[in-house]
Amino acid sequence: MSEASRKQTPSQTVGPYFAYGLTAQQYHYPLGQIADGAMAPETAAERIRITGRVFDGKGQIVPDALIEFWQADAAGRYGARAGFGRQGTGTDAEGRFVFDTIKPGAAVGAAPFVTLVVFMRGLLSHVYTRLYFSDGEAANAADPVLATVPAERRATLIAKRESTANGVAYRFDIHMQGENETVFFDL
Amino acid sequence: MINAPVTKRDWSAHPPLLYPPYASTVLRAPTKPLIPLAHGLAETTGPVFGHESVAKLDGDLTKNGRRNGEPLGERIVVTGRVLDEDGRPVRGALIEVWQANAAGRYVHKVDQHDAPLDPNFLGAGRCVTDENGAYKFYTIKPGAYPWGNHYNAWRPNHIHFSLFGASIAARLVTQMYFPGDPLLGLDPIYQGTPEGARERLISQFSIDVTEPSFCLGYVFDIVLRGRNETPFEGARS
Repeated sequence: MSEASRKQTPSQTVGPYFAYGLTAQQYHYPLGQIADGAMAPETAAERIRITGRVFDGKGQIVPDALIEFWQADAAGRYGARAGFGRQGTGTDAEGRFVFDTIKPGAAVGAAPFVTLVVFMRGLLSHVYTRLYFSDGEAANAADPVLATVPAERRATLIAKRESTANGVAYRFDIHMQGENETVFFDL
Repeated sequence: MINAPVTKRDWSAHPPLLYPPYASTVLRAPTKPLIPLAHGLAETTGPVFGHESVAKLDGDLTKNGRRNGEPLGERIVVTGRVLDEDGRPVRGALIEVWQANAAGRYVHKVDQHDAPLDPNFLGAGRCVTDENGAYKFYTIKPGAYPWGNHYNAWRPNHIHFSLFGASIAARLVTQMYFPGDPLLGLDPIYQGTPEGARERLISQFSIDVTEPSFCLGYVFDIVLRGRNETPFEGARS
């Protein structure tokens, strides 16, 4: 094949049966898994748990979504693998995804955030969104990407901080449609 | 890992989010326009999964699910190159695959299709591209299977692919089809892909890749989003 200009291979849906291929251990199939919801530990950083559910246009919980996390370390650096996590929404009794990770650092002038990649049956092309943190109001107000989002929709990108017996947790629900439709980015 | 801006997602190649003939899109496709996002480090970097993330049998689906014999069906080899839009090989790209067995049945617990499971076939594996962007895996040709999208709906034979390129922006999940499949013209997932682009999803039979007295060979090249050579102003602002 020559080194000539070529066109992108089209996306197709992840479908309903990804579990044994992409998240085999989470769903108890006999195959390894490249990443899960327990993201690489980094002892110096603040440990957090991020949970959420995915809702369709009728407000029903989506039990077959695949969520991927990509984030910076506590110093705002992007590493080779440590910042990547992956979970399906089909194993939790409440239909949640659960990521145990660290609070990411941020670039100067920007707020900390996590990039989410969302796949599911019914999505022919995956979508991207961002998760910001509710306890960073000043940083969020100054963030250049949040500034591009219509003010009335910014709340869909803010994970709500909750204190639990096990530490700090954030809740981030994803609404594919409806009044609170999550902001998705073309990146 | 690269830090150069990544080329845009080519929406003349990718399916739209809403495509009503594929019924599941109706309640799951976002309804509001995607908001453009200038690329910074978060978009131009991505996880790197090298050869150490692939176990010995991961690239041979005819072996990695064996319990007491060989899986049934037509043994095939699937190979190809992963390239960017300038034709440069994407090296060290992790490819994950999953598929139905020869009878059209998935191992997945929610698949209720009345076709037999194969005790010697899991139907999932992975491999990593080499210095030329090339990959190869052995498997069993997947069968067609019915689904509930509409009356008498059948999915064409296909293998699911997941790819990690050089950045999270280059992430791709797709499906590979087989040449001459009569179900392609009736399949809303394939047909939901823009005309002029969907043909890229069909593998090519190759007698050169076919291994004598062993298995038929199919070639499937994959093109991921590449580097944008003209950095644009304000990418980090």
